[in-house]
Amino acid sequence: MKKRSAGLIRAAISNVIILVLGVGMLYPVVWLVAASFKESNTIFSDPSLIPKTFTLQNYVQGWKGIGIVGFATFFKNSFIICGLSVIANVIFCSLTAYAFARLRFVGRKFWFAVMMLTLMLPTHVTTIPRYIMFRSLGWIDTFLPLVVPKFFATDAFFIFLLVQFIRSLPKELDESALIDGCGKFGIYMRIVMPLTMPALITTVLFTFLWTWDDFFNQLLYLNSPAKYTVPMGLRLFVDSSGMSSWGPMFAMAVLSLVPCFVLFFSLQKYFVQGITTTGLKG
Amino acid sequence: MNKKARTRAIRENLSSYAFLTPWLLGFFLLTLYPMLYSLYLSFTEFNILQPPKWVGLRNYFIMFIGNEQFPRDERFLNSLLVTFRFVFISVPLKLAFALAVAMLMNQRLKLIPFYRTLYYIPTLLGGSVAIAVLWRRLFAGDGVLNTILRSAFHLNPPAWISNPKYALYTLILLSVWQFGSPMIIFLAGLKQIPKEYYEASSVDGAGKVKQFFAITLPSLSPIIFFNLVMQMISAFQSFTQAYIVSGGQGGPLDSTMFYSLYLYLKGFGFSEMGYASAMAWVLLIIIAALTALAFKVSGSLVSYGSGE
Repeated sequence: MKKRSAGLIRAAISNVIILVLGVGMLYPVVWLVAASFKESNTIFSDPSLIPKTFTLQNYVQGWKGIGIVGFATFFKNSFIICGLSVIANVIFCSLTAYAFARLRFVGRKFWFAVMMLTLMLPTHVTTIPRYIMFRSLGWIDTFLPLVVPKFFATDAFFIFLLVQFIRSLPKELDESALIDGCGKFGIYMRIVMPLTMPALITTVLFTFLWTWDDFFNQLLYLNSPAKYTVPMGLRLFVDSSGMSSWGPMFAMAVLSLVPCFVLFFSLQKYFVQGITTTGLKG
Repeated sequence: MNKKARTRAIRENLSSYAFLTPWLLGFFLLTLYPMLYSLYLSFTEFNILQPPKWVGLRNYFIMFIGNEQFPRDERFLNSLLVTFRFVFISVPLKLAFALAVAMLMNQRLKLIPFYRTLYYIPTLLGGSVAIAVLWRRLFAGDGVLNTILRSAFHLNPPAWISNPKYALYTLILLSVWQFGSPMIIFLAGLKQIPKEYYEASSVDGAGKVKQFFAITLPSLSPIIFFNLVMQMISAFQSFTQAYIVSGGQGGPLDSTMFYSLYLYLKGFGFSEMGYASAMAWVLLIIIAALTALAFKVSGSLVSYGSGE
């Protein structure tokens, strides 16, 4: 009895420490959300988390953006780029992963090692030649340089994730399908793909998040505001820093985080699964 | 092997390679060829408008040695130093923090799924431009932190972001803040350690600290090692946060001039693409060397268990 109550007290203390620490960590994010509803001139004079005067003005003004192009365009562009990237990664990374995990062919070990090496390669060694290539194709200031590489399964991380997952599936299923006369593609479509669904959802999530936040490549390839993405639109506010633009900037910053939040909370368990099966990123 | 079996083997291989074709094309066209081309460019002077001009080892010479005609690039060396400092402070701190919180959570608490979510939020959001612009305002001279420090504690704090002494540490803090992924991985790892280990050692009279060094750390060592390598590789390539927080200039006084930021400015700001390619290759060599070193050291430190 005595031991049990000691355990309860310890659990209670741990709970309190974890909660206080967690809330402290999230303070900046909560402050950001609160600030986006404050009037521009009170944002910094009022450090409290509950705005004294509640206004939507920042959102209205921020949505218009700076200059002619507004956030409706930026969001549309970001969604197009993310959507195409997600489709490409789901199809091509999983086909590649299926080949590495299940098919037999000469040189499989060698190519797998090569693929794992590309996982560790700093992107900078390919950045400049790719830029020159895409420029000579006339792709600068289009979405193509951001999207087309994904159709060639260049995101080795997801191949690795899916290979790990497919290897954990029982092989007997493939074999029985083979006896039933399924070809390789048939086995992939009817057996492997449906069973890898959890890992594919993880792929969707992380592809979306990382593409959404891929500021470096967007900065490199998108020049005209009509082509800008959400992060690029936010940067415009930073460049024209002045007291009056902070409110709208915070409002749009909050909006830019909403898609990530929605995805995360609707598909939480796949996040944890994805992180633990590959042990990666962040 | 008879003829029939051989044609079957060839067909088997061909149909397998069909699945691999997109990735193979991508590897040759978008990875291997660009890598070799940037290696070639690193020995040239190239501004994208004129064809590359061969200059031998000059780009590398300017980076590390220099003479009167081609003075050494002190900004390069500084960016290397800044990046090393960032990597070697932020990565160990992040992992230590992740491990500490994971151990705190490794109990039978009902709310673990909720806590895991709570602690993952900074990682979920931290890589965005939105959080970077927030950071810029949090740690500005008249920012949120200083408003609180002034009004609540009557202090006279410095302008963190625009002070070369502190600017880098705001970025380190931002990086450590995103400790969610390693934390989730450590938590999963801690759950794998058999309870009997701890029970047996407490019977032998081992305290908590001794148990940590004798059981927890060795059991987790493969996971810690893997995280260390992956976090290090990605920390070396950090770009967005430094770009936004410093307004694209790596300031104040180049104190947040990350390697990749300087590479970007050189290649795309000053159009010195030969030099930027050389920088990319130096980064590749540094990362490869450190990874190899980590693997070598881990051979003696990491225990993969006796069962496997």
